[in-house]
Amino acid sequence: MAKTIAEINQKIKEGKAVVFTAEEIIDVAREKGIKKAAQEVDVVTTGTFGIMCSSAAYFNIGHTTPKIKLGGGRAYLNDVQAYTGVAAVDLFLGANALPDDDPRNRIHPGEFNYGGGHVIEELVAGKDIRLEATAYGTDCYPRKKLESYINIKDLNQATLFNIRNAYQNYNVAVNLSEKTIYTYMGVLKPKMGNANYSSAGLLSPLFNDPYYKTIGIGTRIFLGGGIGYVAWQGTQHNPQAPRTEKGIPKGGAGTLATIGDLKQMSPRWLVGTSVLGYGCSLTVGIGIPIPILSEEILQYTTVTDADIMAPVVDYSDAYPNNKPDVLAHVSYAELKSGKIKVKGKDVPTASLSSYPRAVEIAGILKDWVQSGKFLLTEPVELLPGVESSVSVKPFKERPIEY
Amino acid sequence: MVVTKKIVLRFPKRLVERPIVYRLVKDYDLEFNILKASITPEQEGLLVLELKGDQKEYDKGINFLVKGGVKIESLSQDVTRNEERCTSCGACITVCPAGAFELEPGTRLVIFNNEKCIACGLCIPACPPRAMEVHF
Repeated sequence: MAKTIAEINQKIKEGKAVVFTAEEIIDVAREKGIKKAAQEVDVVTTGTFGIMCSSAAYFNIGHTTPKIKLGGGRAYLNDVQAYTGVAAVDLFLGANALPDDDPRNRIHPGEFNYGGGHVIEELVAGKDIRLEATAYGTDCYPRKKLESYINIKDLNQATLFNIRNAYQNYNVAVNLSEKTIYTYMGVLKPKMGNANYSSAGLLSPLFNDPYYKTIGIGTRIFLGGGIGYVAWQGTQHNPQAPRTEKGIPKGGAGTLATIGDLKQMSPRWLVGTSVLGYGCSLTVGIGIPIPILSEEILQYTTVTDADIMAPVVDYSDAYPNNKPDVLAHVSYAELKSGKIKVKGKDVPTASLSSYPRAVEIAGILKDWVQSGKFLLTEPVELLPGVESSVSVKPFKERPIEY
Repeated sequence: MVVTKKIVLRFPKRLVERPIVYRLVKDYDLEFNILKASITPEQEGLLVLELKGDQKEYDKGINFLVKGGVKIESLSQDVTRNEERCTSCGACITVCPAGAFELEPGTRLVIFNNEKCIACGLCIPACPPRAMEVHF
């Protein structure tokens, strides 16, 4: 009964595609059975809305008169340093970037109220951004100083380019020490006073295609409220992570690099984020359509929170010291119940990823596909899978001898 | 009828050194729990109290404070959530010592029960999109 993406696209164009979200498909498959559901359903939409470091954007600001070569000079956007080492008027801004005068963690925990992620959010919101830049001057680019407001509508290109997003599973963070710690997984109270997790679970894109059988380079996606694409495997992509019998990774595994036109995105889906004691970041909304090409692929999309196990890790010692110790594995069904049991202790849980927004994204993507305005793409190449040699390695430190 | 209310008292400079809370206990038989107290550089006093007692006595006590020149607000007006910025992630839930945040069953939207809020301020910097605001 195998379908092709071209056949599904034909149905989308005719407004006849049958689409469900990854939440809805569970009951649909339960009622109809896998075989019938796979025949009838064309697309399952997923969604996730979480803090995604390794998010960034690049801009081409256009040439000034007289011309300036920012490459090799310095540039700041609302006091946040942007990377200039690419060319004359191209700037690259990372979500973690901070103003030079931000106190960081000098008074611990630092607040990190404004950074690269916030600049991206304000730019997308259409606000004017203050650009201050200095350059060394050349015969062809004589100007040495530029101070001006810039606005997204005037930029030649404004492109969101996130080199690692949509992590397939993630740690549950706890703190075994005697004092409160401030981590990228939030505030962790002493003696396992709380446990924080960060995944949409059954709605999260890569849990619905655990072996990357449909998602690959060129897959068209919902990105930051607009249309984007999977550009590549994300950094730290690790298909070799241990998996459950159903193929679901039991810890951080696959990742995606994503790209899209910032000009059509929205600040509702790209939110500048401050992580107490850690730094600034960007909360990103991503939704990926899964074409139901076979029964096997439909079966994957019926994943439930009870099927997904996550490792509980101590962020006071095991995580910072890169130790492999895992305190327990717990399911997303347990995490979402509000408490988990770790080493005999009830620990209250909280999420850093917004489930209501993930539901909204999967719903928006469903509407886009049903209304015929969003066609699926055939990936140019699939992501490296379990059969590939791709894995994630720790840093190999080799002291420099003088 | 017994009432329990959380209120914010603002004292002008001239009242800072007077034993106002003592009078609430002695004359109106009100129980109090101090949630926050501070004196600003301009010597104005700020006191966040939970007051419990008979409704009639409570009203008389409040009247006494107002006549004395104390400005009174309900605490719930002082800690607010910017609904535009809140993404309902839930990072606040385990940070709040008073249990003022909870998940709505089904939707998993984060509900802020400001009547449970004790204005400790822990949620303010712990909120990733900085949606919680305190207006003291």
